[in-house]
Amino acid sequence: MRWRLVVPVVVVLMLVVLLGYGLTRRPDILPSAFIDKPAPEFDLPTLASDRERIETSDLKGGITLVNVWASWCVACRSEHALITQISRRTGVPVIGLNYKDTEKAALRWLGRYGNPFAVVAFDPDGAVGLDWGVAAVPETFVVDEQGIIRYKVVGAITPEEMNKNLVPRIKALKQSAS
Amino acid sequence: MRILVIFLLALGVASTAQAVDLEGEQQTRYHALTAELRCVICQNRNIAESDAPLAKDMRELVARQIANGRSDREIQQYLVDRYGEWVLYDPPLDRGTLILWAGPFVLLAAGLLIVAVIMRKRAHTPPRALDRDRLASVLDEDERAGRDDDEDSSREHS
Repeated sequence: MRWRLVVPVVVVLMLVVLLGYGLTRRPDILPSAFIDKPAPEFDLPTLASDRERIETSDLKGGITLVNVWASWCVACRSEHALITQISRRTGVPVIGLNYKDTEKAALRWLGRYGNPFAVVAFDPDGAVGLDWGVAAVPETFVVDEQGIIRYKVVGAITPEEMNKNLVPRIKALKQSAS
Repeated sequence: MRILVIFLLALGVASTAQAVDLEGEQQTRYHALTAELRCVICQNRNIAESDAPLAKDMRELVARQIANGRSDREIQQYLVDRYGEWVLYDPPLDRGTLILWAGPFVLLAAGLLIVAVIMRKRAHTPPRALDRDRLASVLDEDERAGRDDDEDSSREHS
């Protein structure tokens, strides 16, 4: 009865494949519920800008990058230089969403590291962040010219992420829009 | 052990304190809802138990929406729209969760089937000890082959 030997081996192999697949997954990164859905409504005061307020309709009319950040967020510092780079390479403005921060600390952070944002929306109690489904900062959304979220990066942007996903996706969106 | 349980219960009560005042039935709904919503940044804790700031925000959001007269289903949908179905501890039955729901029953059925097959096989094969023809033929073969183990033959002939 050869199958009596084969069956346990096959079962163990299947288990190994299943567990191996489980190990390669990142359970802390959730698939976004927002892809291809309109960006949630917001209306917030701004930081470090001539404009008084920024709202959802300001996202329409062109592709924008919305970057959720805070001065207390260590990972935000590591992606700071890349945000500027992405904006320069694609010509897309970056809107900052300052999340659960104080005005003073946020302005000091921008002063110290430079301001990569066209406008910064100020969300001290994190209500808009919650509405946008932000689980942890930083998070970055690509919003198309109709105000629909097309892509989202959870966690700090890495050079690899920027070159492989963000920049090509933004460029593709720009092409299809024009 | 008992002290630990009391401590954990106290911790649970402390962390479910909320900003919006709810009473009676609304309070019951609040506790039921927060117990079955997952904190999305801490692995596998519900938002009633978690101390994470986001869990606190989500608890307040649930309390506010209950106070505003939203139904449980509406509140769950609101959070699913933002964080995906992962926030629900009780996942709805759809294509992605079919294995989760049907899996145990399929495994149970497979197990019962295997047991049934084995039982049936056993019922159809008569016990070997009583198969005298076969016993005789085996003994004959042994004799013809000239095998003559003392112990075996003494036991068989007695």
